[in-house]
Amino acid sequence: MHEHNFGYFFHEGLSNMFSHGFMSFAAIGITVACLLIMGTFSLVAVNANALLEELESENEILAYVDDSFTEAQAQALQTTLEKTPNVASATYISKEEATKAFQDQYPNEQMFQNLNPDIFRDRYAIHLTDLRQTAQTKAALEQIPGIVKVNAYEEISNGFITVRNVATVVCITLILILFIVSVFIVSNTIKLTTFDRREEIAIMRMVGATNSFIRWPFVYEGFMLGLLAAVIAFFLQWGLYEAVARGVASNDTLQLIRVVDFRQLWSQVAAVFAGAGILVGIGGSLSAIHRFLQI
Amino acid sequence: MIRLKDVELEYENGTEAIRGISLNIEDGEFVFLVGPSGSGKSTIIKLLTGELIPSSGRIMVNGFAVSSITSKKLPMMRRTLGVIFQDFRLIEKKTVYDNLSFVMRAVGATPKEIRKRIPYVLELVGLQDKAQSHPNELSGGEQQRVAIARALVNNPTTIIADEPTGNLDPDRSLELMALLVKINELGTTVVVVTHEKELVNRFGKRVVTIDEGKAISDQVGGYVGGRIHA
Repeated sequence: MHEHNFGYFFHEGLSNMFSHGFMSFAAIGITVACLLIMGTFSLVAVNANALLEELESENEILAYVDDSFTEAQAQALQTTLEKTPNVASATYISKEEATKAFQDQYPNEQMFQNLNPDIFRDRYAIHLTDLRQTAQTKAALEQIPGIVKVNAYEEISNGFITVRNVATVVCITLILILFIVSVFIVSNTIKLTTFDRREEIAIMRMVGATNSFIRWPFVYEGFMLGLLAAVIAFFLQWGLYEAVARGVASNDTLQLIRVVDFRQLWSQVAAVFAGAGILVGIGGSLSAIHRFLQI
Repeated sequence: MIRLKDVELEYENGTEAIRGISLNIEDGEFVFLVGPSGSGKSTIIKLLTGELIPSSGRIMVNGFAVSSITSKKLPMMRRTLGVIFQDFRLIEKKTVYDNLSFVMRAVGATPKEIRKRIPYVLELVGLQDKAQSHPNELSGGEQQRVAIARALVNNPTTIIADEPTGNLDPDRSLELMALLVKINELGTTVVVVTHEKELVNRFGKRVVTIDEGKAISDQVGGYVGGRIHA
């Protein structure tokens, strides 16, 4: 491409956009809507994921130490436990600590307040790196000499995994559908421009313009439509996110949910919106111009 | 230089549009392609410009084998041609200058080359004062001269005019044909498709008569009702 043509392509692309102002407005509006829905679902997924990670980190399994082990022997197991694959951390809990924790759960039950700590076992609270491997890790822990029993709440782990998988599938499906819808709308808008300029395209072809020369102004038009939609969608998404975050924070029930700060996400949101917007715009324009370049 | 060797074109519905035409046009020649409506004249133009591909036979245009040309080479071949249509095909929203500059830009001309070339071509067709006019502000004859200027602006080897006088009155038609003769005298090959026998008779140029998809005569002279006057 000749360097001096950049200005020409940009000018032509811009002029195409304004020559069908209403359709351009509609294409930008639909793309903004699609990006917003896509962004909202993605941000919900991001927050759900953060919440799940938090809950996962709180989901511990308990490994009980053999009664015959002294406290020193029981504490010596820590290194072996931490070396077990998929174990993120192992925290020693003595019989006395376990008794106190139990009593704290039932502060009003008088019969639990004078328990002998010896009825409890020394134990380890273990956090896992990957919940999906709970069963294997449980089996490995049970093989360690001195560990007599392992309590792992696999159904809870599996529940977390299912929620995350469903959220991911729903999110990806929605993103794909909205992406296709956006491409279709932008493509139709640019088809209008190409229809309006079919004579011009025919003349360009007749005088020997290459396909890429004919294509560029439409690619620029799609690029500008997509980018403009991405910028508008970004600011709307930002406002919407902050409003929802404020709403969650001020709600008595929902305030327990920690909403990820938008400042941690804005660069990813901007990059994804710009990328998706430009892709939708250019994809739409290429699909629209394709049939004009067949002869 | 244009060469057609045993060219045939049959459409998918079985209609034979061109039936074994062979024709040579040398560089610098002026040739009229004449014949009644539906005889295949415009189809030959479409074959020469690569809009249609022959079913069989060989077509060479200015060194390019058009009958087997690749999509990459097609634009290069078309840059050697300047095409003029009966309905002018000017871009209404562009000025005369912009109608010319956009086709120069389409083949990669620099702004400097465009600024230099367009005034020269507009002067050649006598429209130097109309550069900033829009096509709808011009008469039919002037619009066709803009179309000629557009065909000339990229300095093609060959001008192909498909019924260029079809929308003009007799005086304007004569004027336009005189302009094409002048362009031919400057060294450009000119092929004019027409069915206006009186106009053809006035110029005494080579006349190829097409009828029912065949070249039925090829002579220097005039043309009356499908027959040739030497």
